[in-house]
Amino acid sequence: MGKLSVNLCGIELDNPVIPASGTFGFGYEFAELYDINVLGTFSFKGTTKDRRFGNPTPRIAECSMGMINAVGLQNPGVDAVIAEELPRLAKCFDKKVMANVSGFSIEDYAYTCEKIDKCDQVGWIEVNVSCPNVHGGGMSFGTSPEAAAEVTRAVKSVTTKPIIIKLSPNVTDIVAIAKACEEAGADGISLINTLLGMRIDLKKKAPVIANKMGGFSGPAIFPVAVRMVYQVSHAVDIPVIGMGGVSSAEDVIEMMMAGATAVEVGAANLVDPYACRDIIADLPHAMEKYGIENLSDIIGAVK
Amino acid sequence: MKQSLFDIIENTPLTDSVMRMRLKGDTSEITRPGTFVNIKLDGLYLRRPISVCDVEGDVLTIIYKVVGHGTEQMRDMTGGKLDVLTGLGNGYDTSKCEGNALLLGGGVGVPPLYMLARRLIAEGKKVHVVLGFNTASEVFYENEFRALGADVTVTTADGSHGTRGFVTAAMADGEYDYFFTCGPEPMLKAVYKASATSGQFSFEERMGCGFGACMGCSCKTVTGYKRICKDGPVLEKEEILWEN
Repeated sequence: MGKLSVNLCGIELDNPVIPASGTFGFGYEFAELYDINVLGTFSFKGTTKDRRFGNPTPRIAECSMGMINAVGLQNPGVDAVIAEELPRLAKCFDKKVMANVSGFSIEDYAYTCEKIDKCDQVGWIEVNVSCPNVHGGGMSFGTSPEAAAEVTRAVKSVTTKPIIIKLSPNVTDIVAIAKACEEAGADGISLINTLLGMRIDLKKKAPVIANKMGGFSGPAIFPVAVRMVYQVSHAVDIPVIGMGGVSSAEDVIEMMMAGATAVEVGAANLVDPYACRDIIADLPHAMEKYGIENLSDIIGAVK
Repeated sequence: MKQSLFDIIENTPLTDSVMRMRLKGDTSEITRPGTFVNIKLDGLYLRRPISVCDVEGDVLTIIYKVVGHGTEQMRDMTGGKLDVLTGLGNGYDTSKCEGNALLLGGGVGVPPLYMLARRLIAEGKKVHVVLGFNTASEVFYENEFRALGADVTVTTADGSHGTRGFVTAAMADGEYDYFFTCGPEPMLKAVYKASATSGQFSFEERMGCGFGACMGCSCKTVTGYKRICKDGPVLEKEEILWEN
């Protein structure tokens, strides 16, 4: 067991750094640049039951220290992910990958997770509950403890791998939602997904992105993420993956001190394709600077 | 794709709002005309994607229009280094053109046609370039294209320089068996409608990463979903689906 290693839901990670879903595709764009086996793992592009094109463009807006995206879960659908993307990934990634799953009904989530659960390459399933529930008036599953727990139960009943519920920060009480997921059987919690944001083009007097609103990410949201990771990790007994604006080895350490067992890196990959490789390489220096012997020792160090 | 630091060796205005910047560094990943680079600027989160105008040895030339915070910052640079991702996008495929090429550029869609024209001429092909601008004060690179050995037609919307009208006006009488174009979408649509042969179109879209990871710039094509940054920016005429 190395000084950087952590245990995430029973699976050992060489280091806690995990590229976040939607910023790393299915890995192979980055595998052209560096050996992605240096990663702890990565969370692949959010996968749904059916193929999706997503939202119209423009889908991207820049912000101070961040960006808004409204991609809308573009993905080839679970069958193509299993038949095409995972075999292609196997050629450049030897470790267990984290599957990321989205849905628009309880049945969607269960259907997709049951299929993904049968893939040997998959170590964990990260379930994104930030999507609108088409049968529930379009409100996101992640905004109510009951709906989030219902997704968790449905997914747990058809899977064997660790289920990590990825929570939305766009709620009044994230702790209540995290606890509801834990009680429903979740093996871990990851947070935070993007914050709902909007930019306006002053010349056009219109929203910058076609979908009007989108998910705000990047270093600007880091303090919000640290706060929510701290609140949730101190309220549940299952591992928490922290994410939201993480861009450096010191950010990783801060997230872990707040209570994260592992740390996802999102937007940083888009502006610096080597971000995760460099963060991992910097971790030993940052640990030395702060007198940290083993990274796993600092998880939740801040009481 | 490669990330490296380039030295700014020139930054000069071509018109009131269009600048040419020359950068010295590792250009080894820039192989085809029609590709782009993505530039990191201080204090701005996303990189700025800018088309490659030309590469000669270790010197990269880009031409950009000052339109916002990023390009304003670039305009004021007099030296120093830039963090640049190079070798992005598919670029133009010159092998599809057998003999007579028609190149149609509008505004800041003109620069990528320069390296393309040079490449086509080097391949022994005949090149006719049509450069479209709004008005005489916006015209740039007319003489540079002539110096390459291309036939050059300039069109201006107000008739203040060259032929009055749009680039499509110069398509009817030109002899060509293949075309390449880059410019604003209304111009690309007009070229699409007016064109008699096959050709390649370079598109523009707001991008997140510029290298295929974020799906921020996807479009629908006859052959499926494509990312403008990675599978494009150049699409062949036969695969284009106009959204509206």
